[in-house]
Amino acid sequence: MLDDFMLRALLAGIAVALAAGPLGCFVLWRRMAYFGDATAHAAILGVALALWFSISVLAGVLFTSLLMALLVSALIRKGHGIDAALGVLSHAALAIGVVAISFLPGVRLDLQAFLFGDILAIAPRDLAMIWAGALLVTLLLAWRRQSLLTATVSEDLAFASGLDPRREQLILALTLALVVAISLKLVGALLISAMLIIPAAAARPLARNPESMALAALLIALLAVAAGLGAANWFDTPAGPGIVTAATILFALTHLRAVLRSIRGPGS
Amino acid sequence: MKALLRIEGLTVILGGREVLRDVSFEIRPGEIVTVIGPNGSGKTTLLRALIGAVRPKAGRIRRTPGLRIGYVPQRLQLDATMPLTVARFLSLPVRHGAREISAMLARVGIPGLEARQIAELSGGQFQRALLARALLANPQLLILDEPTQALDQPGIAGFYRLIEDIRREIGCAVLMVSHDLHVVMASSDRVICLNTHVCCEGTPAAVLEAPQYRALFGDGTGGLMALYRHHHDHSHESASEGEEKTDAR
Ligand SMILES: Nc1ncnc2c1ncn2[C@@H]1O[C@H](COP(=O)(O)OP(=O)(O)OP(=O)(O)O)[C@@H](O)[C@H]1O
Ligand SMILES: [Mg+2]
Repeated sequence: MLDDFMLRALLAGIAVALAAGPLGCFVLWRRMAYFGDATAHAAILGVALALWFSISVLAGVLFTSLLMALLVSALIRKGHGIDAALGVLSHAALAIGVVAISFLPGVRLDLQAFLFGDILAIAPRDLAMIWAGALLVTLLLAWRRQSLLTATVSEDLAFASGLDPRREQLILALTLALVVAISLKLVGALLISAMLIIPAAAARPLARNPESMALAALLIALLAVAAGLGAANWFDTPAGPGIVTAATILFALTHLRAVLRSIRGPGS
Repeated sequence: MKALLRIEGLTVILGGREVLRDVSFEIRPGEIVTVIGPNGSGKTTLLRALIGAVRPKAGRIRRTPGLRIGYVPQRLQLDATMPLTVARFLSLPVRHGAREISAMLARVGIPGLEARQIAELSGGQFQRALLARALLANPQLLILDEPTQALDQPGIAGFYRLIEDIRREIGCAVLMVSHDLHVVMASSDRVICLNTHVCCEGTPAAVLEAPQYRALFGDGTGGLMALYRHHHDHSHESASEGEEKTDAR
């Protein structure tokens, strides 16, 4: 039998996989991994903010992550030489967030839960928000996919077709902030971008079209969630690292052929 | 006839440098206009400004409302992490039926490649796939940036024939950048010689006579002129000199 909290973790995990699988593909295709990190790290700052003003953690995280996503989008528009700025932003958000939480008066907070996720953290009222967020992300991506894909293939092709790639970038920034907000409690800020990248990368060898890759990434993320939560249940491993470990194993499996080929050495 | 596209005093600054200065011209329905100019003279930037990808510092670009553009870029680097078949690529951003796609692939000379991954195409095949995608938009204006750069010799001749056929069929205007000077002179209605600003503009014959053109393209011009006459007078001289010039990219 599943305990109540375990069932809630599982339901939250399914929602996270539903959104993170397809969005992760865009993050991979557009080389936005750093973007994902910065947005996820900003979540810790959001937690501090939420505790300070006693608002819901989800709202605080959504606010700071969205702010970070928009800031990074604007930086990317500026063009070259933004790697340093991105690195500074990403790690500064994390460090300042942790420092801010330590300054909060009278709060005894399990910081590790926010960094690595905690299956116990998901309250019944979180579940509705998590599912609403996940469905919003998935539907947005599905609805906009023709223009999102065109802008991802080439901004110039998008412009010539009368689309505005900046608007598509904005949609991705918004969905990224949403995914960070809904996965923070389960996966933890440090591993959210892994939760985006690894299932998508694992899906790559299985797919011949963007849609099939998004679907494969979703299924792989689901498997990883199930395995990671199983491990959390039976071996008491932390939720986020367990899920990401499972996803990594799936990544290794789908890349087995390439791995074997490289072990046998070049020329074979 | 009313212009499809009118550019007035276009000035573009990139990286602090003036890449285009006070460029003005217009494109009318159905005409083939070719932009020529040395490397770095702003040709690609001009086309990108026309599609809205580059914001001009000054000047105006006026399009007929709802203008349908088919665009073939000079370069397109596809990320290897994205799986994409030719058929799926041709359906971005507007979906097309399987039969329509197959017919268009055959038309541009790569029949049967629907299920092939874009990343596995040769340079010339990809160039043709880009053209097929542009044509499926049923464009009123086809914008081509060095569309023959990856094609083999018979391919280049066939390509320009195809462009003229398509123009006749759907009546679209064509604006292209090309270094195939002898073909340009034979198949364009108008030539714009660009070097940050418009050096000279007019019919191929007029541009060849212009001193600005000679200043830009130097000594090979005499041979090219002979070649141009060759096309039009059917005399048989100096063709080899012209070839040499067009090979020097
Ligand atoms: N994004 C950019 N930032 C800064 N400078 C740029 C940018 N794009 C182009 N340039 C500069 O603008 C000038 C014109 O470039 P453009 O690509 O338009 O030339 P071109 O005429 O198409 O050349 P080619 O024949 O080599 O294709 C070049 O000096 C180039 O370095
Ligand atoms: Mg160019």
